[in-house]
Amino acid sequence: MARFVLRRLALSLPLLFIVPFLTFVMVALAPGDAARTILGEDFTPAAYEALRHELGLDRPLLVRYGSWLADALQGDLGKSPITGLGVTDEIASRVWVTVSLVVATTLVAALIGIGLGVLSSIRQNRLARLVDVVSLVGFSLPSFWVGLVLVALFSVALGIFPATGYVPLDVSPNQWALALVLPVAALSFHALAAIAKQTRDAMLDVLSRDYITSLRAHGISERSIVLKHALRNAAIPVSTVVGLLFIGLLDGTVLVESVFAMPGLGGLVVDATFAHDMPVLQGVVVTFTLAVIVINLIVDIAYGWFNPKARLQ
Amino acid sequence: MTAAAETVDTVKRGRFLRSIVGRPLTIAILLYVVVVCLVAVFAPLLAPYDPTAPDLRNTMSGPSAAHWLGTDSLGRDLLSRLMFGARYTLLGSLQAVLTVLVVGVPIGLFAGYVGGWADRVTSWVIDILLAIPGLVMLLIVHTAFGGNQTAAMITLGILGAPGMARVVRGATLSVRNELYISAARVSGLTTGHVIVHHVLPRVIGPIIVRLSLFVGVALLVETGLGYLGFGAQPPTPSWGNMVGDASTAVALQPWMLVPSGAAIAVTILAFGLLGDSIRDATTERVRRPGRVARRPRTTGAATRGAGFTVAGPAEPAAGSLLRVSDLTVTVGDEEGNAVKVVEEVSLRIEPGETVGLVGESGCGKSITGKAILGLLPQGGEVTGGSVVFDGTDLTKLTAKQMRGMRGAEIALISQEPIASLDPVFTVGAQIGEVIRRHEKLSAKAVTARAIDLLTAVNLRDPEQVLKRYPHQLSGGMAQRVAIAMALAGRPRLLIADEPTTALDVTVQADILALLRTLQRDTGMAILLISHDWGVIADLCQRAYVMYAGHVVETARTLQLFDQPRHPYSLGLLECTPGRGEPGNLLPAIRGTVPDPKHWPHGCHFAPRCRLATQECATGPVPLFEPVSGHLSRCLHHDLMTREENVHA
Repeated sequence: MARFVLRRLALSLPLLFIVPFLTFVMVALAPGDAARTILGEDFTPAAYEALRHELGLDRPLLVRYGSWLADALQGDLGKSPITGLGVTDEIASRVWVTVSLVVATTLVAALIGIGLGVLSSIRQNRLARLVDVVSLVGFSLPSFWVGLVLVALFSVALGIFPATGYVPLDVSPNQWALALVLPVAALSFHALAAIAKQTRDAMLDVLSRDYITSLRAHGISERSIVLKHALRNAAIPVSTVVGLLFIGLLDGTVLVESVFAMPGLGGLVVDATFAHDMPVLQGVVVTFTLAVIVINLIVDIAYGWFNPKARLQ
Repeated sequence: MTAAAETVDTVKRGRFLRSIVGRPLTIAILLYVVVVCLVAVFAPLLAPYDPTAPDLRNTMSGPSAAHWLGTDSLGRDLLSRLMFGARYTLLGSLQAVLTVLVVGVPIGLFAGYVGGWADRVTSWVIDILLAIPGLVMLLIVHTAFGGNQTAAMITLGILGAPGMARVVRGATLSVRNELYISAARVSGLTTGHVIVHHVLPRVIGPIIVRLSLFVGVALLVETGLGYLGFGAQPPTPSWGNMVGDASTAVALQPWMLVPSGAAIAVTILAFGLLGDSIRDATTERVRRPGRVARRPRTTGAATRGAGFTVAGPAEPAAGSLLRVSDLTVTVGDEEGNAVKVVEEVSLRIEPGETVGLVGESGCGKSITGKAILGLLPQGGEVTGGSVVFDGTDLTKLTAKQMRGMRGAEIALISQEPIASLDPVFTVGAQIGEVIRRHEKLSAKAVTARAIDLLTAVNLRDPEQVLKRYPHQLSGGMAQRVAIAMALAGRPRLLIADEPTTALDVTVQADILALLRTLQRDTGMAILLISHDWGVIADLCQRAYVMYAGHVVETARTLQLFDQPRHPYSLGLLECTPGRGEPGNLLPAIRGTVPDPKHWPHGCHFAPRCRLATQECATGPVPLFEPVSGHLSRCLHHDLMTREENVHA
């Protein structure tokens, strides 16, 4: 098991170096830079060169990457040339908003999606069709649009939930939960549909296996067959899908945090993009990449936990 | 060969296209896609208003006769903006889709066709790219390239290419090993030619499916970027920035969300459905009609040495343990029609008796066994007859009552021992659950009983076996574990469905010996389902021969061997190696078991029978009883007494 996880980790750790490098290359290839952004329309060449030097933009690409990497490894992701704030602090102050959103969404999508998938695998016909419809609709509706519709319905028309904002958990758990309801609903729609469909397919596959017939022949109850044996076996492919969807949710937060004006990393990315604030973008990319590696690790551990063949290799 | 291969390809492609076009929903979707594209192209001609012309006296109007979809916060016509917006949004999506096609397909073909190192390297790169947080990367590109959407959409295509490459690689791998590809390669065609002319046409289906799903992703991302304000810059409309415009007026005119949202959702839905229906069409192409046999088996496979030891005669006592009368079973085919697979089968088993059920694959033996236990596969149904076990008709029991019978009165062991154990639980957990289902015991007592059971099936070191997972067992060990689990409820009847077929020859004899010992010790009856006369002869006092859903002959095993009275039984016996003569080819029954949908009207065996006359095809043949206790469903059973007639 340990070897299995370590091997997977060895494959994904290079991402932490490759992804920021790719962004460095892209920024270098592209026309324009942060100095020009800061100076605006009118500037003298001398002032431009001076600012470039000050920001370190005149050094070769590999040198810049090397010095960024050396700092990053010590937890220093640099400083925003736009706001002057430290990127690490900025990210640290916003990361919990995004974590709340993504974790809550994953839990909601996994619980409802797996429940719906299991139900539709044992009661076929109508419910199975419902899962098909839900997954198609979930696939087609953009999360940001669903979010806006939810705002129109539940905030503007009915006034049940706040339309925007975020309240930290330690300030008021109640308001924290209330503020999360609509964003989580908007974001979980797609993931929920995908998980329901995947669970249904995996359950149907498992339920047609020989060992399920054998268990029935031993007189084991349907309850144990479905909830213990079939679900545990179906969990192997489903856990992989949940992991992939979690990675997709990181992208989703960029849009949904914008809709609900939440002060998370997604909102930070949008602001930084408008401001051409590369250090901040770079920092968020690293944070997200780190999150992806952690998720993959958790998925691998879950995979090994569910699947003795992988664990005991 | 190449020409032949090309013909095959063209034929397959033709059928493929027909199966897509033959669906009304698919046609409707294609029509929608074409209309949307035409509207985008001809927007300047079709749009009723200038999409950027404000009308401040008529803002946020909602649908009206003048503005079918209403106006936005500057009074611009939403329908016109939607039409013009389609150009920007669809063009952006197209850029991403083309990139996926141009980058992903060649990489997938390369990795799948070349294999080896190329495959490993590309797989690793694909893994890395799949883990990149896409949207943030796109925003970086967008920033770096000064707000250029084309750069962002091409990047999206590059990030989407690994998914496409993975699909193409998988499809190519499976095609590469097919005979006609090898033939094309051997005949000296260049790799490029083989890929373009022979591989590509076969993997085009998965490519189209993946592509149409990716169109949805591209549309979501393009409109997402537009919504955030990174796409078309005002006043140029795009579907995404129209949602953005609407979001600023959510409190005043929520209707504004509808046109752009609906256009996005319906278009994504259309491509998603298109992908689904193409996938259905491709899988239908692959799926073959008829019942698929689990494992290829030859008639009377050579599994045991020459010379049978026929079990000693035991006269059946009165008061049958199991009496199956006129059992008829149907299963559902692909179209959901009920197909008869077992027809009016009658058999009986006395307490403590071992009875064989013998015949080729696909003749209904296993289904009969499963029907007795009420464990027919999805769509299967007992449509006639009764299954009386110790005075109770099992076909009349509720699901719960039936569950009470299973394992406790009648148990089952099946032919794939490892597949019949749940792969994610240890032997101990599984056997423990079965023991607890039969008797309330403490945890310690359960373990003790499990060890007893494993010892009873001659497993060495039972404590160790309890801790193992099924994949850590050999086939023989797994079958012993399965037998132990079947014994846990002390059943009076054990249905053994090909219990030795999947095992090594040396292990087979051990398992048969074990079954014989267990039967002697416990006194349970056994219904032994097998295609192997050797196994039947070894264990069974009586046997039923099944062919194409019918019992065609039954007698004491000794009688069946000495004097078969049905040509099918004789044919089966003749192709058993033990009966062959040195220097002669082993005879085989010509033809194959007919598909249940195409059973002959009269005797089911007539088309393959050397004795068949016109009479045989006229109507159903009843069971005759030429000798007491020896039944045959053959009009010419009397001819069978003189074997030379048959050989003529």
